[in-house]
Amino acid sequence: MFATKLKRIIRTGFFNFWRDGTVSFASVLVMLVTLLTIAFISFGGAILDTVLGELSSKIDINVTFVTAAKEEDILSIKHTLESLSEVSLVTYISRDEALQAFKERHANDPSIISALEELGDNPLGAVLNIKARDPSQYASVAQFLQSDNALSSGGVTIIDRVNYFQNKAAIDKLAHIISSADKLGFALTLFMVIISMLIAFNTIRLTIYIARDEISVMRLVGASTNYIQGPFVIVGIIYGLVAGLLTLLLLLPITYWLGNTTRSFFIGFNIYSYYLHNILEISLIVLISGILIGSISSILAIRKYLKV
Amino acid sequence: MIVFDRVSKVYPDNSRAIDEVTVSIEPNEFVSLVGPSGAGKTTLLKLFLAEETPTEGAIYYDSNNIHDLSRREIDAFRRKIGMIFQDFRLLPNKTVYENIAFTMEAAGRTDEEIETDVPHVLELVDLSHKIWNFPRELSGGEKQRVAIARALVNEPDVLIADEPTGNLDPANTYDIVQILKRINDLGTTVILATHNKGIIDLLEKRVIAMEGGKIVRDDKSGKYFS
Repeated sequence: MFATKLKRIIRTGFFNFWRDGTVSFASVLVMLVTLLTIAFISFGGAILDTVLGELSSKIDINVTFVTAAKEEDILSIKHTLESLSEVSLVTYISRDEALQAFKERHANDPSIISALEELGDNPLGAVLNIKARDPSQYASVAQFLQSDNALSSGGVTIIDRVNYFQNKAAIDKLAHIISSADKLGFALTLFMVIISMLIAFNTIRLTIYIARDEISVMRLVGASTNYIQGPFVIVGIIYGLVAGLLTLLLLLPITYWLGNTTRSFFIGFNIYSYYLHNILEISLIVLISGILIGSISSILAIRKYLKV
Repeated sequence: MIVFDRVSKVYPDNSRAIDEVTVSIEPNEFVSLVGPSGAGKTTLLKLFLAEETPTEGAIYYDSNNIHDLSRREIDAFRRKIGMIFQDFRLLPNKTVYENIAFTMEAAGRTDEEIETDVPHVLELVDLSHKIWNFPRELSGGEKQRVAIARALVNEPDVLIADEPTGNLDPANTYDIVQILKRINDLGTTVILATHNKGIIDLLEKRVIAMEGGKIVRDDKSGKYFS
C-alpha cells in the first residue's frame, strides 16, 4: 500500500509539473537565480581565500646581516627562529646568492654592473627571509630580533637592518584588511543567501496559492494530508533539481568567459578551472540547496490550505 | 442515519446562520432542502461535512458525533459521502479519468479497481466518450455529470448535492435530477439543496423548507411552497 501511494504521489507530482508548464517555468527561473547566487557566493569565498592567502604569503621579513657576520652565527639565529612557534619558514640567502640575485635583477643595466665590478668586493650582506604563520605575528618576530638573543657572542649585533620596521605600517594595514574582509564576506554571504531563499520561497507559495481551491476539493473527497501534500513536495523537488542542473550547465560558459578576467584580476585565480576542479562539491551544494529550498517551501506554504 | 440535534451556528459578527435546527434523515431517504438564498442550506451541509463546526448542538452520523472525529477519521468519513456542487469543483489540471481516479486513490483503492470502475461509472452518467478530456473542454452539464461520477465511484452511503443544477439549462437540469433519482433508487441517501421549484415538484419526495436559519416546514409529500 505504501509503495502504491508513493508511486501515485511521485507520478502526480511529475504530471503537475508538466501540465502547469508556465508556472513551473517561472518557478524554475526564480530558483535558478537563487542557486546561481549560492554558487557565485561559494566562488566568492574561494576567490577571497586565494587572494588573502596569496597576499599573506607575500608578507615577510628580511633580516640583512652586516658583511662581516660569520655564517655559523647567522645559521644559529636561523635555528633559533625556526624554533619559534610563530615562524613557519626561514630561508637563508648567503652573500654569494644575494650577489647572484642582484646581478640577475640588473642584468639589463650595464652601469650598475660596472659599478659593482669596480667595487671588487661583494657589498651585500647575507639575508634571512622569514615567513610567519599569520600576518599579525610579525611584530613579535621583529621584537625577538631586537632582543639580546639576536646578538652574536661578542655582544655586538651582527644584524644590519630588519625591514619590518620600514614596512610596519603596510603590514599592519594588510593584516587588518584581511581579518575584516573575512568577517564582511561571511556577513554578506549570509545576507544574500537569506534574501534569495525568501524569494524562492515566495514564488512557491504563490504557485500553491493558485491551487488552493483544488486543495480544498481534495480535502472534501477525503484525501489524507500526506496524499495532498506529497505531489506539491515532489513538484518543489523537481523545481530544485531542474534549476540546479540548469545552474551547473550555465556555470560552464559563464565561468569560462570569466576565467581570463579573474586570472588577471585575482592573482592567478581562474574561476573556470576552479569550477572544473571542484565540480563534484559545487554540484552537491547547488543540487542539495535546490532540493531543500523547493521541498521545505512547499511544505511550509501548503500547511495553511490544509485546514479544511 | 443522520441526526442534527439542536444545532446552531453563530458567526463572529453575531449573525445566526443556523438557529436550533433539529432534524433526522433515515438511510435511503431522498431529502430536498429548499429555501431562499441565505436561508442556511449550504451552512447546514458544511456543518455535516465538518467543514464548519457548530456553535451549539451536535451532529451525529451512525451515532458518531462528527465534530469529535480526529483528522484521520474525518478523511475516512468524507470518503463515505459523495458531494456535488453548483460550481462543479473539478480539478482543472486532471483529465476526466484522473478526476475520478483521484478520489479512488485517496480512498486507497488498487490500480486494478480504478481501471475497471472509472469507465464503468462514466458509462452510468453517459460520458464514456469524454474520458480523456480536461474539464475546460466540457460543457456545464457534462462537468456536472463528471462531478456526479466522481461522487458515486466510491459507492457512498450519502450523496450531498448543493444546488447542482444552479448553473445548468432546463434540459441538463432534468438529466441531473433523473440521475440523482436513479442513485437514490439504488440505495444511496440523497440530500439535495436547491431553490428550483420545478425540481421539487418533479421529485415528489420529502421536502425540508428553511428560512432565516430555521426549519419552517418538513413535508413528506414533496411540494414546494414559498
